[in-house]
Amino acid sequence: MRVTTTVNGTEHEVDDVWEGESLLYVLRERMGLPGAKNACEQGECGSCTVYLDGEPVCACLVAAGQANGREVTTVEGLAHGGELHPVQEAFVECGAVQCGFCTPGLVVAAHDLLARVPRPSDLEIREALAGNLCRCTGYEKILDAVRLAADRQAAR
Amino acid sequence: MDFLQPTSWSEALDLRAERPDALPIAGGTDVMVELNFDRRRPGALLDLGRVPELSEWEADDGVVRLGAGVPYARVIDQLGAQLPGLAMAARTVGSPQIRMRGTVGGNLGSASPAGDAHPPLLAAGAVVEVASAARGSRDIPAADFYTGVKRNALEPDELIAAVRVPAATGPQQFSKIGTRNAMVIAVSAFACALHPDRRAVGTGIGSAAPTPRRAADAEAFLAGELQSAGLWESRAELPETLARAFGERVAAAASPIDDVRGSAAYRRHSLSVMARRAVTWAWSDLREAA
Repeated sequence: MRVTTTVNGTEHEVDDVWEGESLLYVLRERMGLPGAKNACEQGECGSCTVYLDGEPVCACLVAAGQANGREVTTVEGLAHGGELHPVQEAFVECGAVQCGFCTPGLVVAAHDLLARVPRPSDLEIREALAGNLCRCTGYEKILDAVRLAADRQAAR
Repeated sequence: MDFLQPTSWSEALDLRAERPDALPIAGGTDVMVELNFDRRRPGALLDLGRVPELSEWEADDGVVRLGAGVPYARVIDQLGAQLPGLAMAARTVGSPQIRMRGTVGGNLGSASPAGDAHPPLLAAGAVVEVASAARGSRDIPAADFYTGVKRNALEPDELIAAVRVPAATGPQQFSKIGTRNAMVIAVSAFACALHPDRRAVGTGIGSAAPTPRRAADAEAFLAGELQSAGLWESRAELPETLARAFGERVAAAASPIDDVRGSAAYRRHSLSVMARRAVTWAWSDLREAA
């Protein structure tokens, strides 16, 4: 089937999509957007987190056809030109990235949190990121990065 | 595989009747896992995400009619006052990403004994509204809806329209055991609801029997003891012995198994503890409200 989805502001039309395919597969394998990562394929790890019509979701659990006519924003859509989003900058500066596999999902989840809750408490950060697994960092640097991004956002 | 995408409820029911091989999909948080892991290859997916009737809820005459497609995130944000037990359970579902997509209707469709929505629906006395193109709609009490492990009372041509849940008239509590707070399939779960208006108690047990189920004996026992001790009027403190006896009766109502998530003995023990605590919390909420 044909799926037409606006991704990061650009309309993408792809053909021969299998009806049981996930949005994640379409993004990565058919649209050439490998930012969202494929790890667990069951919604456990959050590595594939993208925005679907403004809501953070696991792209592996969205059927491709469900994204037809919808708007998707992936981690590739957060930076402006060559300039990283403040959340991405904070991840780099705080050492919140080790192997990097979980990073795109965590960046999208943190981006969503700070858009809703500009000054989150630690508990709110932990709850918002509870669906994103990281096996390298131990999370402390990730929490630092979210706090730093919140501070920067508040200062602007 | 076909991808069927109705845009109205009547079209959805027609497609359901025409295509018994279609698997309904709403938030996809269960269905897509089965597809991704090659566990299921239905003839078609019936996407209910564009049926506007399913994504609404309304409150009328003390009953909330919750469309089958309302995601958990909206239950948490919008229904905490009217359906506190369900909202508490919704808060424990998966992760923020899962709660954004997963629906109470999907939980009912999957009918897993571990579904988080089931215990509070049972405790509140909810009714599942199902429909078919041929026979119109019918009501199934939640307590009769679950018929076996991942089996429910739906006929092949039926879809779940909504669940009607009486708005809370007293405190409700939900408790769940797992290895961490997020992303947990319950080892065991318990919900209770106090109904001071009719001096009754509601319960729901999860993950500790082939289906979610009530602990009817525990409900009748506690309501009777509260009545005979005059506690509904006095709102005096709940005797610990009574809470404990209630917990034991809840545990006795379960028929758990040993599996990878926990042993039958642990499930039974944890249920007695959760039930004792949950009813103690609920009763102190009731006293504070008085």
